[in-house]
Amino acid sequence: MNAVSIFTLILGLGLIAWLSARAKAMRLASASSEAGPAAHRRPLLHSLPGFHGWYAALWVVAPAMLFMAVWANVMPALVTDRVLHDPAAATLPLDPMSRGAILSEARNVAQGGAQVAFDPRANALVEPYRAAQRLYSLGGAIVALMLAFAGGAYAFTRVRPDFRARNKVERVVMGALLTASLIAIITTVGIVASLLWESLRFFSFVNPFDFLFGTKWSPQSAALGYGSDNAFGAVPLFWGTIFIGAIIAMVVAIPLGLMSAVYLTQYAKPRARAWLKPILEVLAGVPTVVYGYFAALTIAPNMRDFAVMLGIPNASSESALAAGLVMGVMIIPFVSSMADDSIASVPQAMRDGSLAMGATTSETIRQVLVPAALPGVVGGVLLAVSRAIGETMIVVMAAGLAANLTLNPFASVTTVTTQIVQLLTGDQEFDSPKTLAAFALGLVLFVVTLLLNIVALRVVKRYREAYE
Amino acid sequence: MTDISNPKTPNPKMSARNVNVYYGEKQAIQNVSIDVDTDNVTAFIGPSGCGKSTFLRTLNRMNDTVASARVTGEITLDGEDIYSSGMDVVQLRARVGMVFQKPNPFPKSIYDNIAYGPRIHGLASSKADLDQIVESSLRRAGLWDEVKDRLKDSGTALSGGQQQRLCIGRAIAVEPEVILMDEPCSALDPIATAKIEELIHALRGRYAIVIVTHNMQQAARVSQRTAFFHLGTLVEYGVTSEIFTNPRELRTKDYITGRYG
Repeated sequence: MNAVSIFTLILGLGLIAWLSARAKAMRLASASSEAGPAAHRRPLLHSLPGFHGWYAALWVVAPAMLFMAVWANVMPALVTDRVLHDPAAATLPLDPMSRGAILSEARNVAQGGAQVAFDPRANALVEPYRAAQRLYSLGGAIVALMLAFAGGAYAFTRVRPDFRARNKVERVVMGALLTASLIAIITTVGIVASLLWESLRFFSFVNPFDFLFGTKWSPQSAALGYGSDNAFGAVPLFWGTIFIGAIIAMVVAIPLGLMSAVYLTQYAKPRARAWLKPILEVLAGVPTVVYGYFAALTIAPNMRDFAVMLGIPNASSESALAAGLVMGVMIIPFVSSMADDSIASVPQAMRDGSLAMGATTSETIRQVLVPAALPGVVGGVLLAVSRAIGETMIVVMAAGLAANLTLNPFASVTTVTTQIVQLLTGDQEFDSPKTLAAFALGLVLFVVTLLLNIVALRVVKRYREAYE
Repeated sequence: MTDISNPKTPNPKMSARNVNVYYGEKQAIQNVSIDVDTDNVTAFIGPSGCGKSTFLRTLNRMNDTVASARVTGEITLDGEDIYSSGMDVVQLRARVGMVFQKPNPFPKSIYDNIAYGPRIHGLASSKADLDQIVESSLRRAGLWDEVKDRLKDSGTALSGGQQQRLCIGRAIAVEPEVILMDEPCSALDPIATAKIEELIHALRGRYAIVIVTHNMQQAARVSQRTAFFHLGTLVEYGVTSEIFTNPRELRTKDYITGRYG
């Protein structure tokens, strides 16, 4: 009996439970309404029949499904255990590696993944495997169905006029919603925990102080066995990240985003706004990989030619400037829409007050609207920075891999995200500092963006309160 | 057409003749003609939605900020048509100041709120000059003694009544000729309201003042001339004491005696 048919069967039982509990409740309801005098007819049934139905259906489905989920995780181990007790398993080698290989080959054949095993010892185990699987899946199905029946029977006996099925169902709904939100939180906690754990392992190889303040980054030399001393100084990476994401990109994105927001909120006619705003938002929808090859194939060569023309040394075809400019363009809609929101939420009375003093529109914007909207704009910029420094695709394609500590925007620099990609693509060994360095970098990036987000949201929130 | 009372006053600062205001298709003001007297306080009264605020906003062209608004007819300031193409709206608003229903100080210091207008219009030649303007404006707004020690504090930190007097001070800092007040006390408590009314008395004669109010006692207390608006038309205009004791129009009488509104 396979899982899908049991699943369907349990759902079918749930439907039957729903119908029968509802029918029983309806019978009780009509009986009680005939009893009392019509004038003070109060429903003697606490909950509507539908709630009794749902209550019963939940009792049928939920325990059985929970059991199935647990069983699916436990069963493989039980099956293997049983197979190992089979006489045919006595000939297996004791070495756990080859033993495991034979067992998994046998399992593969037994489940129909392969026709025949290469190893005759595995072939001998196929039949015991099939038998054990049949046994345990049948056992599991029987227990699941028994649970479903037991649950249904229990719920059905509780259908009484004063039973508060409605409140019970409400609690189940709350529990389901809580579970849904917990899944996201637990996943995040798990990610952070793994970052922390792997980072700690990294820091057992490399001194955290050397990592955070060292200026030489050459993980390859460490991997080739030249020792990990001083090969993991991440300062050039941090600098490259800040140079591209927080300086060059923001020099592009802040003025352009702010000015487009001012134009859209203050000058554009409603019709122009209706066209321009969605078009600007399309920029936000362009996949970053498209920006990436635009940066790498179009902007970067032009930047290099321009730098060569100016006679700037170290001009590279993978430059901080190319990556930063394109990233800035990518961030424009982000800054613009945050600034747009905060300018639009400055009360109209403020604008009127300034205009009524005989100020022009641009004086009003410069002296009243932008200062009033500034906290919101600053919050938006911080969020934009935190996005920019976590951005990966553009810098992987356009910024290069050389960990230079330079102020020259035409030179190649590398970023935290680029190096993470480099460290984790290709062959990995999870006990070498080269691979583990990726987790330490990820941890730093995570902490920085988290702090930026917290500060930004706080600033924005306080600003919102000021005008409410 | 109802007989419209004599719009003329002896010494008009502003004159409106046959003014119509439309918001898109809807007509908000119909054929209003009225003079605003130089030396007196003029009150516009009437039930909500009667167009009194809309009409007030035509006097300094604040309706220009509403995209769908359209004004026809003639409005003059000292005989000069303010809707003519040669009129500089920015200059007009410096001459015809406005105080709004809800106090709207800028999120700047008290000092900078008052100095805002003088700065953008270049009225002060030096820092001392500007200080002088700020002090005299705050004095005339009756706020100086309350705020002289904290001019650097934010204007938004003041109480509602103080904020409204700050807004009046801000308006008079640019030495306007007319001050328009759009229900300046509707968001204030009775004590703050009394202070604003005293201030209006003190400012009378120095500026032509127009006040929109839905409070008839207030109109009777602060104004010398009263205009009663109803459904976008000017029903009656005259000396305040006559309007309140002996209205010529039945609608005015019904409104004043509280039959509707």
